[in-house]
Amino acid sequence: MTVELLWWEGCPSHPEALAELRRILHEEGVEAEVSRVQIEDDEQARREHFPGSPTIRIDGEDIVPPGEGAPFSLTCRVYRTRDGRFSPLPDPEDLREAIRSRVA
Amino acid sequence: MSLDIGDRAPDFTLPDTAGEEHSLAGPAVVVFTCNHCPYALAWHDRIAAAARDYPNVRFLAVNPNDAVRYPRDSLDAMRERVEREDWPMPYLHDESQEVAHAFGARTTPDVFVVYAEGRLRYRGAPDPDHQDPSLNAGWLREALDAVLAGEEVARPETDPIGCSVKWRQ
Repeated sequence: MTVELLWWEGCPSHPEALAELRRILHEEGVEAEVSRVQIEDDEQARREHFPGSPTIRIDGEDIVPPGEGAPFSLTCRVYRTRDGRFSPLPDPEDLREAIRSRVA
Repeated sequence: MSLDIGDRAPDFTLPDTAGEEHSLAGPAVVVFTCNHCPYALAWHDRIAAAARDYPNVRFLAVNPNDAVRYPRDSLDAMRERVEREDWPMPYLHDESQEVAHAFGARTTPDVFVVYAEGRLRYRGAPDPDHQDPSLNAGWLREALDAVLAGEEVARPETDPIGCSVKWRQ
């Protein structure tokens, strides 16, 4: 399993995203290195199809696929928690579900 | 430039989403915020609730972001949001970014409480955790309760947390 965390320094959520990702991988018994990819400019954002920081991909797939036509740029990503709140991080259960679906 | 606690806040006049101009004259809460940042969105309802709970204090929301690179922060997008949501405060457009520079705004959100003689009495985050709505903009409310009671603000400065202000390049 390949696990990537794509991040941009203008958004302060990536350390928390990395900690959360590692915690849930550990809880699910998955031994996978998290590959961190820093996005540094708009051109790289477009090339990497980066919809905002943080973006987590497992085996190349975004755990919360962005909507069709979502722009790729240096920005903070807006997630929704399962109870409907705005959040700079994906809901932990979305992350857990994405991991489980790959190890099942 | 950045304001220190006790400094006189810079006067300004900015248009809201309907084109009406608003000035900082006297006591107010100035909140730098925006449409595209998850931190600003997560804290928005708590700040709006505080605006409703302190009807004698002016709240001014200011969007300073470069709308060329971040179209979700354009004046049209601000207008659409205000029409869609119930805002208890004007949403001001700082197109030149001069107000954000004058305050030394760093993030969205970044909260400034300006009180007697136009002096800065609180600057920082609304409360300690964007993920916990029960915190209810507690740091902001603490500051307002203190200044309204004529007391010193016990915690006059906290670290603003959020997306960086999107300066023009």
